[in-house]
Amino acid sequence: MSLKTETMVLNMGPQHPSTHGVLRLELKIDGELVLDVKPHLGYLHRCFEKHAEAMQYNQVVPYTDRLDYLAAMGNNWGYALAVEKLMGIQVPERVEYIRVIVAELQRIASHQVALGSNAADIGAFTPFLYLFRDREHILSIFEDTCGARMLYNYIWVGGLSHDIHPDFVKKVKEFVSYYKATIIELDNLLSYNKIFIERTANIGVLPLDTAINFGASGPALRGSGIPFDLRRDDPYSIYDRFDFEIPVGKGLQGQVGDCWDRYYVRVREMEQSLRIIEQAIDHIPEGDVQSAIPKRIKPPKGTVYTRIENPRGELGYFIISDGNTNPFRVKVRAPSFVNLEVLGELCKGHLVADVIAILGSIDIVLGEVDR
Amino acid sequence: MKNAEEIFNILKDNFGDAVIALDKDTPTEAVITVDPLKIHLVGEFLRTNEDMMFDSLMCLSGVDDANGKKVKDADGTDIIEGGTLSVYYHLHSVSLKHKITLKVSAPREDAKVESVENVWKCADWHEREAFDLVGIKFLNHPDLRRIMMPYDWEEGSHPLRKDYKNPEFYQGMKVPY
Amino acid sequence: MGLLDKEFSDGNIVIAPVEDLFNWARLSSIWQLGFGLACCAIEMMATSMSHYDFDRFGVIPRNTPRQADAIIISGTVTLKMATRIKRLYEQMPAPKYIISMGSCANCGGPYWEHGYHVLKGIDRVIPVDVYVPGCPPRPEALLEGLLKLQDKIRNESLRKKSA
Ligand code: SF4
Repeated sequence: MSLKTETMVLNMGPQHPSTHGVLRLELKIDGELVLDVKPHLGYLHRCFEKHAEAMQYNQVVPYTDRLDYLAAMGNNWGYALAVEKLMGIQVPERVEYIRVIVAELQRIASHQVALGSNAADIGAFTPFLYLFRDREHILSIFEDTCGARMLYNYIWVGGLSHDIHPDFVKKVKEFVSYYKATIIELDNLLSYNKIFIERTANIGVLPLDTAINFGASGPALRGSGIPFDLRRDDPYSIYDRFDFEIPVGKGLQGQVGDCWDRYYVRVREMEQSLRIIEQAIDHIPEGDVQSAIPKRIKPPKGTVYTRIENPRGELGYFIISDGNTNPFRVKVRAPSFVNLEVLGELCKGHLVADVIAILGSIDIVLGEVDR
Repeated sequence: MKNAEEIFNILKDNFGDAVIALDKDTPTEAVITVDPLKIHLVGEFLRTNEDMMFDSLMCLSGVDDANGKKVKDADGTDIIEGGTLSVYYHLHSVSLKHKITLKVSAPREDAKVESVENVWKCADWHEREAFDLVGIKFLNHPDLRRIMMPYDWEEGSHPLRKDYKNPEFYQGMKVPY
Repeated sequence: MGLLDKEFSDGNIVIAPVEDLFNWARLSSIWQLGFGLACCAIEMMATSMSHYDFDRFGVIPRNTPRQADAIIISGTVTLKMATRIKRLYEQMPAPKYIISMGSCANCGGPYWEHGYHVLKGIDRVIPVDVYVPGCPPRPEALLEGLLKLQDKIRNESLRKKSA
């Protein structure tokens, strides 16, 4: 006798502990097997692009903070770069160095949350606490520098909102030496943990050509084994002066491009960020961080698309200027938005519990997906 | 590695009238204007041709050009009649490392653009977004629904249009401040 | 606390109004619905993590509304989300408390003017007990909000629920 089975539709979210915010996934399942995943977005659509059209160029900066709220520095920077390119502004050396340092610190802070929540979602709660403990160090550096813990409004068009705190260099150096030793803790706790490997290795394998065709970027793309990093491949600012490696997924615990690879790429990226900070921190030149800030931001007519490597991948800003003080149109190419698209491909044929691991390894921030 | 002028000439040789113009005067990037009903063919060519290899679509943006006539509505607010809506495509080649920007424009009242979803997979959601927020219809798109706004949002109301008017209520909730 | 202080010296009898006992029990273990909306949710997470440690006030995130006493609306509420929040609220057993965290939940925050898809204040949909201002509020501010909520619960009467 054979039992009659039926496929079932299961809703995950918008309120769900593991969807990293307000994402709704519509799973079509056959028993525990996932046949299809349909993400439904828009639960956090905050109308960024409309706001950008209604504001002056410099007023848009605080709104960019709120796109990818785990990596606000990167968002500010991408936007500032786009407007600077449109207006042909050259920013002082000191500003470039500070920008690199804060952006790399931000990358570490952002990866800490990403790794922690990825682990917590699949049951390893302890690393989450450890990572948040270390994240507080970075937040306190930022708080000294610009007065906010999360949304900084620090990188302005042509410069910075404040100069760095007198203790900045000392504190950053302390953090770098502290964290270099502590990152090993993460490896011991989580990376080579048997249970964690069982849950993530060979799960959600993303082949390279699919990744490129879907436009994936950041750790999601590098986990599939290609060393594509905009800091190296389309260099902006002063990244060409620093020596760093681009970690890629090698399939150490399973196939190339599985969840564990994407996880591991992030861990190693934090080390590389520390390396960049070390190289930059001693060479911050003297100068005025606000000297290049234009009195009135009124770019010429034209369009510009710039992209930077944010912790989650390629963050692009497309700005159309009609020669006024407000942007005519700002479109954000959000890395999470594009990376999330591939979720359906990755989840097919896995179990329901694996969807959580895969979603965590893609690492989305809903503020940026929905904008 | 090819610059915009070379790419434009190659496209012109292959597609003739479907490739309309090259705008080089912008301060940062050159824009090639293409026929909206041929864009999927041009895209396919750009992706597969050995000299081009544009395998990644970085960004796809729908834009309301607001270049039509401003007329007064019945209740005294401005609405725009005529003019165009545009879509910008930013392409990049991972292997050859060159970039190009394409643009198509379609009349505002009935904007129809061919979908490039089966050329670059990632266009899927971008196109849905352009449909949702600007109101451009993508022909042959597999699943053209709203993506950001609720599915039951007022038909034909697209927030990123320049003459968009916010409704007073949505499902009994007051929308304006 | 105050309720049990020095009461044990004469025999093991505690004399207290039943109201106080109930209120004391309620305010010391507020289980919140683990539910993050936007940027404020990250600060809420930071509050419950190692550094600020929400647990010491008896706040533990529960993942289902049926077991939650309080819900912290931590972030921007969009129109699409508002109906879902209402449903979550209705699923919670009484007594239930709401903390509105951040300007967005209070009044629309930075999105009040042009946010065509943002609900300008969660109190248009569900009743709010404590408002915590800030964008995002610091963890200390959220803790303060929680203490305020505890104060409120402490003075509740069983006969007629306030608010
Ligand atoms: S109040 Fe500020 S930090 Fe909180 S959700 Fe709103 S924008 Fe984000």
